[in-house]
Amino acid sequence: MNGDIIAINFPFIVVALLLALGFYTIGFKRNLIKVVIGVEILEGAVNLFLIALGYVKGGYAPIYTLAPKKAVGNMVLPTPQALTLTSIVIGVAVSALMLAFAVNIYRHYGTLDVTKIRRLRG
Amino acid sequence: MTTTIIKTTTRILAPLILVFGAYIILHGHLTPGGGFQGGAVFASGLALLIVACETDVVKKRFEKVPLSPLESIGALGFLGMALLGLMGYTFFRNVIANSGFIFGGRTPIGINPGFLNTGGTLAYMNIFVGMKVLAGLTSIVLIFFLLLGGKKDEW
Amino acid sequence: MMEHLPALMIAVPLFGAFTTPLLKKRYSLASMWAIIITAATLGLSLLLVQEVLSKGIIVYVFGAKNPSLVLPSGYRVPVRIIFEIDAIGAFMALSATLMSFIGALYSYSHVRMESGLEKYYALLLLLEVGILGMVLTGDLFNLFVFLEIAGIAGSALVGFRNYRGEASEAGIKYLIVSAVASLMVLFSIGLLYGQYGNLNIAYLSTQIHFDTVDMIALGLLFVSFAMKCGSVPMHYWVPDAYTEVPAGINPTLLVATYASLYALFRVSFSLFGAITWNMARVGWIMSILGVLTMFIGVTMALVQKDVKRLMSYHAISQTGYMLLGVGVGLTVLNDPAKLSAFGRTAMAGGIFHIINHIIYKSLLLMTAGALFYVTGTRNLNEMGGLARRMPYTTIAFIVGAAAISGIPPFNGFASKFLIYETSYQLNPLLAVIAMVTSVLTLASFVKVFASAFLGPPLEKYNEVREVPKPMVAAMIILAVLCILFGLFPNVVLKNLIYPAVDALLKLAQYQSWGGLA
Repeated sequence: MNGDIIAINFPFIVVALLLALGFYTIGFKRNLIKVVIGVEILEGAVNLFLIALGYVKGGYAPIYTLAPKKAVGNMVLPTPQALTLTSIVIGVAVSALMLAFAVNIYRHYGTLDVTKIRRLRG
Repeated sequence: MTTTIIKTTTRILAPLILVFGAYIILHGHLTPGGGFQGGAVFASGLALLIVACETDVVKKRFEKVPLSPLESIGALGFLGMALLGLMGYTFFRNVIANSGFIFGGRTPIGINPGFLNTGGTLAYMNIFVGMKVLAGLTSIVLIFFLLLGGKKDEW
Repeated sequence: MMEHLPALMIAVPLFGAFTTPLLKKRYSLASMWAIIITAATLGLSLLLVQEVLSKGIIVYVFGAKNPSLVLPSGYRVPVRIIFEIDAIGAFMALSATLMSFIGALYSYSHVRMESGLEKYYALLLLLEVGILGMVLTGDLFNLFVFLEIAGIAGSALVGFRNYRGEASEAGIKYLIVSAVASLMVLFSIGLLYGQYGNLNIAYLSTQIHFDTVDMIALGLLFVSFAMKCGSVPMHYWVPDAYTEVPAGINPTLLVATYASLYALFRVSFSLFGAITWNMARVGWIMSILGVLTMFIGVTMALVQKDVKRLMSYHAISQTGYMLLGVGVGLTVLNDPAKLSAFGRTAMAGGIFHIINHIIYKSLLLMTAGALFYVTGTRNLNEMGGLARRMPYTTIAFIVGAAAISGIPPFNGFASKFLIYETSYQLNPLLAVIAMVTSVLTLASFVKVFASAFLGPPLEKYNEVREVPKPMVAAMIILAVLCILFGLFPNVVLKNLIYPAVDALLKLAQYQSWGGLA
């Protein structure tokens, strides 16, 4: 029984670890590219969370024209999957834009060290 | 970057990847995947072609490719399909489904392998989204490639 | 056609955003097109406000047989994408469209010399779409999507001047803040979906029974939206972003910030409005955050030399007033006597301050943009004696500065007075700090006026002329609005603000569509 609880919660434990890792990377790494990677890790954590949430044991995908008896009343609304796909699409745009900014910053400052990219202050 | 190994691999793989991307876009309403996924696959094939060539060749090849207009047309087409629903129904209503128009076929009831001629506006939207995504992702890859590998600014 | 208004509000600017990139190399055409599109959206939003005020909440279901079919036969929960527009949503939409129009008009001359303008206008329209989607939607997930659209378009515009390293620095700061905030929003949406299996705000608010997981979701949503609206512990991105963005985008970016504030209110009042747990604690947190925000913002502003940066710190400080006003209302939400005595008025003050602040801060940032346009610098120490050369800009600046300092008869006075009066009844200390902040604001704007506009004319600005007509027109429209809103606050309060406040307070009305309640 104990093993079951761990197996059920395993994705969520991974999500928690990834969230912690992502926040650590954003907060404590000095390289801008690593900060970008941190945001990506956070996004991966949230996507994994949504997917793990959307899994229903014994559920059926709602793609039947003539559903078998055992599937009736057992179909799963694919909202979490749709959310995850949308979030991935948005993530692509965000990461591309962040990398473009990083490139431009490197061309102007000659460094990617976040402690040195500080012309705007005060 | 452009070694013989990469060039040979690209020559074999790129057509397959491009065809696979087109397949995923066209069958978006039947199989897993759709406009975004297929567009991303297609763009990754184009990205392979980009990294396998020298900067000058890439620049010359992509000079004439209207990536930005293609992106706009994809988005406008998507919006237009959504606006079709305003004819009597609401925004995003699938008015083409079961109407007999292209992609407007009726899905037969029962176990079937999936028919391409169904799906209504979904199929059109997949094509438009695929167009937009492949143009967008390719231009992102292209800009990064020219920016980091080339000498001239292409923002 | 009237029933399709909510969809058209999104479709028209989207159409504009996708057609503008086709006008490559024809920049004046692209800017004309953007002005036309934003004007059309402004007209649509006026119609929308009229509809909402006369007929009550509008529900629009995407992809259904008819726009108000929320529950198709056999369904007991709403499944489709649903837009739900009440008075406060329509109010925010009106501010967003008005400010986008002003911004597009101002940009016509202000950024004429830059390259890549077709992308600039496409992003401006996308930003407008993001804000409109956020304020019109009745669905949590759509809120996230449009929040991201607004965040991406906004940060791309902040980094628009890519020949300046500082612009990219500000852009990536804004983008990281908004990406982290919206991912946390998505995470809490996941928590709520896991609990109740739905994403519709009205439906969720009938279901919520507030256990620990919901509390975590509320905390995450509160923190993320507070982060995005520039409240104090996470305010550092605001001055950078507002300073580096081209002045024509500033109005729209301001509304984007307040769209997050709107989301914060929506979460506190509608989503978690029906729980028995006392929201007074959240209200107190909001009020104290507000007071801190206004005080820290204004003290940071006092020491600035960069004129736009100074005004951006004032933007932080003014956000504090809104948080304070609505926070006072939230504190007494469960106490009907106090709510009718001063809570409702406090919220009216807070929400009235949103539109007032958007108007006069846009005006001020635009005058700063005009100063930058003619002098090429933003450093106050290098300016001087510009009053005689730029009379219209000077008048616009005086109106804006008087409004932000809360001097009657300008619009800042009307809303600030409501906030002082009501926060005094909750705790006198809150009102005292708010007044001190106002005095400090006046002090710092006197400094700007003296060093930029007064003093002996400088040699190097002998050739300076008044800025081009579209910029003047945009500034004059806003200045006139400042004076009108200040002279007739009762009209605005009665027709726009109190309906918006009641929309937030009357949760049952928000829940009662489609036979759900």
